[in-house]
Amino acid sequence: MPDSANPLAPTEAVTTAPVVEMTDISITFPGVKALDGVDFRMFPGEVHSLMGENGAGKSTLIKALTGVYSIDSGEIRLGGESVVFINPAQAQAAGISTVYQEVNLLGNLTVAENVMLGREPRRLGGIDWRAMRRRAKDVLEGLHLHIDPNSLLNSHSLAVQQLVAIARAIDIQAKVLILDEPTSSLDTEEVAELFRVIRSLKERGVAILFVSHFLDQVYEISDRLTVLRNGQLVGEYLTPELLRIDLVQAMIGKELTALEDLGSRVHATEKDEEADAKTVTFLSAKGVTRKGSIAPIDIQVDAGEVVGLAGLLGSGRTELARLIGGVDRLDGGQLKVNGKVLKLRTPRQAIKHQIAYSSENRRAEGIVDDLSVRDNIILALQADRGWFRPIPRKRQDELAASYIEALNIKTPNADALVRNLSGGNQQKVLLARWLAVAPRLLILDEPTRGIDVGAKAEIQKLVYSLAENGLSVLFISAELEEVLRLSNRIVVLRDRRKVADLVNDGLSVDDLLAVIAEGAADSEIKTGAAS
Amino acid sequence: MKDIFFKVIGHRLFWPLVMLVVLIAINVINVPGFLSITVNAEGNLFGSLIDILRNGAPTLIIAVGMTLVIATRGIDLSVGSLCAIAGAMACSIILTSPDPNNVGTVAVAVLVALALALVLGLWNGMLVSVLGIQPIIATLILMTAGRGIAMLITEGQILTVQSTPFKFLGSGFIYGVPFATVVAAVVLALVALLTRRTALGMLIESVGINPEASRQAGVRARGLLFLVYGLCALLAAVAGIILTSNQTAADANNTGLFIELDAILAVVLGGTSLNGGRYSLTGTLVGALVIQTLITTVYTVGIPPIATMVFKAAVVVAVTLLQSPTTNAALERWRSRPKPTKTSSRPSEPVVAR
Repeated sequence: MPDSANPLAPTEAVTTAPVVEMTDISITFPGVKALDGVDFRMFPGEVHSLMGENGAGKSTLIKALTGVYSIDSGEIRLGGESVVFINPAQAQAAGISTVYQEVNLLGNLTVAENVMLGREPRRLGGIDWRAMRRRAKDVLEGLHLHIDPNSLLNSHSLAVQQLVAIARAIDIQAKVLILDEPTSSLDTEEVAELFRVIRSLKERGVAILFVSHFLDQVYEISDRLTVLRNGQLVGEYLTPELLRIDLVQAMIGKELTALEDLGSRVHATEKDEEADAKTVTFLSAKGVTRKGSIAPIDIQVDAGEVVGLAGLLGSGRTELARLIGGVDRLDGGQLKVNGKVLKLRTPRQAIKHQIAYSSENRRAEGIVDDLSVRDNIILALQADRGWFRPIPRKRQDELAASYIEALNIKTPNADALVRNLSGGNQQKVLLARWLAVAPRLLILDEPTRGIDVGAKAEIQKLVYSLAENGLSVLFISAELEEVLRLSNRIVVLRDRRKVADLVNDGLSVDDLLAVIAEGAADSEIKTGAAS
Repeated sequence: MKDIFFKVIGHRLFWPLVMLVVLIAINVINVPGFLSITVNAEGNLFGSLIDILRNGAPTLIIAVGMTLVIATRGIDLSVGSLCAIAGAMACSIILTSPDPNNVGTVAVAVLVALALALVLGLWNGMLVSVLGIQPIIATLILMTAGRGIAMLITEGQILTVQSTPFKFLGSGFIYGVPFATVVAAVVLALVALLTRRTALGMLIESVGINPEASRQAGVRARGLLFLVYGLCALLAAVAGIILTSNQTAADANNTGLFIELDAILAVVLGGTSLNGGRYSLTGTLVGALVIQTLITTVYTVGIPPIATMVFKAAVVVAVTLLQSPTTNAALERWRSRPKPTKTSSRPSEPVVAR
């Protein structure tokens, strides 16, 4: 949904002096030129989005600015003066604050301690705990975050932790605030809240560097865009003057046909012989529930069907998927696969019954980063066979090679450690792992989160062709367009309950949003209890 | 050429191997005949290097088991006590039998001792995998209780055994090679085969690197933990029997005292991280050799016994510092600093899929 009417067009900003000016920055890593003569500038009171695919050099540029990497050549000027940061602490002291994609906080400390870490108010040689809590509370309330500053950070959701990280950055009185993928784990409301905070920071004259994979958000919040590709500068643009399609082309440097192709294909097959009589139900769940996690829910997935799970963050999407995937245990209800009642206690049993769950948390629950691509691909298959029946090395190589080719995994070879791959390629390795066990139902929880546009399109295509081959897919994504594009049917969850079960015959994002928001209105939209 | 140089320096076994060579060099300077290996009248090999291989065998055997435990993010502190228990069990069976010199008696004694240790190892495995107790605490239980158990078996005595077949285990020779060394070599080879020829090694590493991802991929960590702690205890018992045989006595208080620390040290020197994950049995072999050579060096150089521990600590600090990530990062920086000509190293194609 392009919002062409952007009220934030910076007309006068060009005349003010930039607070950050990076000129001709180059950084070389062994074998790779990560940044090649890149210019980048930031103006006070402006949100500047840094755009580019994975590996374009966004993170490297940020790390150069924050003193994590030292630059090989070029100059960084802060407020007109040339600066050299040897470490992040110096950059922070100079007023550059960063909130990283992965929350960089200490989960075992309290919220207040995290907000004030390193700047604790002191009294009589010790820490003034009361002042600390008060100040933390003030900052948090400035963000409309009403949580107990004395609670442990770990006890809060990722979204709240993200806001705490921002609160910390704000309290430092930064001149420059860098937000690297701050919204990737936030739901719509939380994003709106974050944007409200960003706008108020803008008014205070803070220069904000914003990185996000969500184009909608980029267009909504940013005044200026800089696009990088393969370590080089593509250009700097004023957001309202750059069409989305041009932006995407600038980012990937190729005609963007992949996504459009897909869109038409979905509807083509949709209409085909979809409603033929011999649809076979693969999975049906009746009243499955888990205390404190999800209310009793019915859901059904037919063979070869893609069922989308839509809903806000925390609506129970992941919780439901984890129950079906055997990752969490049912407290009640019944799970039937091919008409037979199953009692799943572990993911292992789910895999035995040809149900594979691919976690939303790629790094913590997905990849085994110090193992090779090959080992990661064969892991689930090997675990299923047991350690004493190793897959012959030749077969391992064949499996790895065929998935690397089929999924277009970018890796030097099958022996490369997965940790050295980009996010999108790690995700593909995971997909390969699950496909290797030949599942009948594949549960994909946010498979495209935090990966670049190209890889995203490939994964979407893959889901599509898998379903055409009779595999059932339960597809979860925070991006509604994606859910709509891929799903035959969409189950909408809200507040850990199912609010609608919609047949996807030309639903629009707005339709879906309405259901997610209203829920009860599902009778007005065409609902279907899955033919 | 330069690249090869840095590759060698950057290898995780480089500094332990350097240390091994340096230690041997120190010995050669102090004891001119250090490197010589002679064949004595009975056709057995003799020499300082052979001593190192024989005396280092128990540490190596335990370190092999410890490597696997550490790879799962665990640790086994009870191996020293298990040495004492196994030795005590074997000795008490031999002593109560009518014929201590009978090979059958010794075989039974050894097998019972091994079986007992295996059971105790499974106990460790149960505490860690079923009850979810932290490995350091779980094995601390047996570490402290174990010497008590050994004491109960020996009834508080130091059991001295006069049994030729039993004595052979610690100080015998087979084709001129010390029996203990042969056992250590066989253990190393068998465990390497067991873990690398099956999928055991990969699954152990997987659990050590990312337990939750492994669980979701269907890996049964519980079974692996039972196996690994069981194996570690079994190998500790093998080492304990060799130690006891060497001393011809089971001493509940002193057999295998602090050997768990040497074993852990050997594993760490060998480049296996205490955080679990990738492990190297070759590294453990090098680590165990460094430690044993170090102990030998203490004697040949004539360092007073009071200072032994300090000397040992100094060497260990040196090696671990050289292996540390900070040192490696510094090395990496030094290496990449002079970068005169290299411009065309760019992926030929943008990473985009069609």
